[in-house]
Amino acid sequence: MSEKRGKECLRGKGVTKIFGVGDKKTVAVDHVDFDFREGEIISIVGESGSGKTTLSKMLLGLISVTEGEVYFQGEPRDIKGSKKKKEYWKNIQAIFQDPFSSYNMFNKIDSVLLDCINMRGGKHLPYKEKFEMMSEACHFVNLEFKELTNKYPFELSGGQMQRLMIARIFLLKPKILLADEPTSMIDACSRSTILDMLLKLRDEINMTVIFITHDIGLAYYISDEVYIMEHGKFVEYGTAEDCIIHPQAAYTKRLISDVPKIYEEWDLSTV
Amino acid sequence: MGKVMLEVKDLKTKYVTRLRESVYAVDGVSLKIEEGKSLGVAGESGCGKSTLALSLMGYYFAPLHYISGSIIVDGKEISGMKPDDVRRTVLGTDVAYIPQAAMNALNPTQKIIRFIEDVIHVHMPKMTKKEIYDLARERFEILGLPEDVLQKHAVELSGGMKQRTVIAISTILSPKVLIADEPSSALDVTSQKMVIKMMRDLMEKGYIKSMIFITHELPLLYNVTDDIMVMYAGQIVETGSAKEMVFDPLHPYTKGLMGSIIVPEAGVRENKLTAIPGTPPNLKHPPKGCRFAERCKYATPTCAGMEIPNISLANGREYRCLMSERKIREVYENE
Repeated sequence: MSEKRGKECLRGKGVTKIFGVGDKKTVAVDHVDFDFREGEIISIVGESGSGKTTLSKMLLGLISVTEGEVYFQGEPRDIKGSKKKKEYWKNIQAIFQDPFSSYNMFNKIDSVLLDCINMRGGKHLPYKEKFEMMSEACHFVNLEFKELTNKYPFELSGGQMQRLMIARIFLLKPKILLADEPTSMIDACSRSTILDMLLKLRDEINMTVIFITHDIGLAYYISDEVYIMEHGKFVEYGTAEDCIIHPQAAYTKRLISDVPKIYEEWDLSTV
Repeated sequence: MGKVMLEVKDLKTKYVTRLRESVYAVDGVSLKIEEGKSLGVAGESGCGKSTLALSLMGYYFAPLHYISGSIIVDGKEISGMKPDDVRRTVLGTDVAYIPQAAMNALNPTQKIIRFIEDVIHVHMPKMTKKEIYDLARERFEILGLPEDVLQKHAVELSGGMKQRTVIAISTILSPKVLIADEPSSALDVTSQKMVIKMMRDLMEKGYIKSMIFITHELPLLYNVTDDIMVMYAGQIVETGSAKEMVFDPLHPYTKGLMGSIIVPEAGVRENKLTAIPGTPPNLKHPPKGCRFAERCKYATPTCAGMEIPNISLANGREYRCLMSERKIREVYENE
């Protein structure tokens, strides 16, 4: 594994999640260790049902950790009680797969963005200043704020909604961004636009991006570190080059052979 | 040269919105597929891929309306037929369709075998339940699906299994043309591969005669189909064999699309991802000249002013651009 430079950001030791008890026990995430550094792009790759989303929910603090400990910036994470949780969420934010279900459909877009400003302590600013901030955020993602005011989320297209999510992150400026399959619902062409924006944002505010994806090509293209997950365990981790071009684990090899390629032969007989 | 299974000439269809505005989503599409061949349709969201798929069935219902053009399936013209006749004589036997959200296409209250009975009853009302069951079991066995799926409800199946079941149901009557609209987009790579394998099996065993495969994922098209057609704003901008289209694109839009490919192969990290700037034109008022002119970096003032002809090359390739083949290659080389 390569030498690490960034400061410690999020570290886990023996993190486990078990659903149910007794005979119906399901171990969704099984004693995983990880170490994410500041300013890095990390991908967690795995098939459906490998526990990626459960892990991301634990990192976000949406569900409790059954066993093990998560360290945030070197100290054990303490999110007991809603006040501490809110404080934690100022540092970690998420973009989800389905932009359609990520918005409150009764709130106009203005209030979606205003909420973000208020959360960052801008509640007492004059409206003019807030307006400037919102316009700036929209401009960052190639949207025009004037066209969006007084609209409801369902009046936007999927690509516009996904870009608005990034505008929210721009306003919130979290330390960690958790992106759960942010590009699986959009076409290849808009995908490059979204990825470019995320990378630009990363450079601007030096945030850690955790990508959760099943698109191994995307993981290879974008990330510094890759973690491969199978049945709740990390079977392989390392730099993108090591992990995907020279895979060691059998599971990684199989995953890579299942992706349609253009420079090599795609073997269909192995299914 | 094989027998022509599907021939479409200058097909035009439109959507009529609630406010009586027309959206010309398919505007002058011509294509031809021979027996045993597959055609891929690529393009970004909103370019009319799915509308083309719906239009090719010849089954029009509001808000989709037919304007002009002809669709000939194995020598039979289907574009002017009444919706009810189309449903009884064309759908399922001549043209079958796998919808985009095939995973949600199964009614959760019914068993899988009931869907198959439904499909067969429209075309062969005399068949008994026993015969249908035997036919379905045989077909499922050939396609590698377990028999007990027939007696299950949709909720009991995994995503990949649901998708394969939907494909098996759509092709139970051995259609001449299968239209698959993004059949594997929502699946992970392993299930996707199973779906592709199954579609290839169907082709090889002769259950389907030809296939149209719609997706925005170009590496997938390259591996699955013989020819690729790229659509932009309701028109076809380029057609050619899969290899030519991926490694030697001519139209600037195709070249732009190829710039957004990501595959896990050595050396890809060094390539810069290039997104095409801007958004597609509004199809309520399609531009008069080249529809891509606004976003094209090679556009000249003449591009936006005149109707762009379709240029055919000697090897069967077609593209819609004012630049000549030699000029295009020159421009791309100088970059």
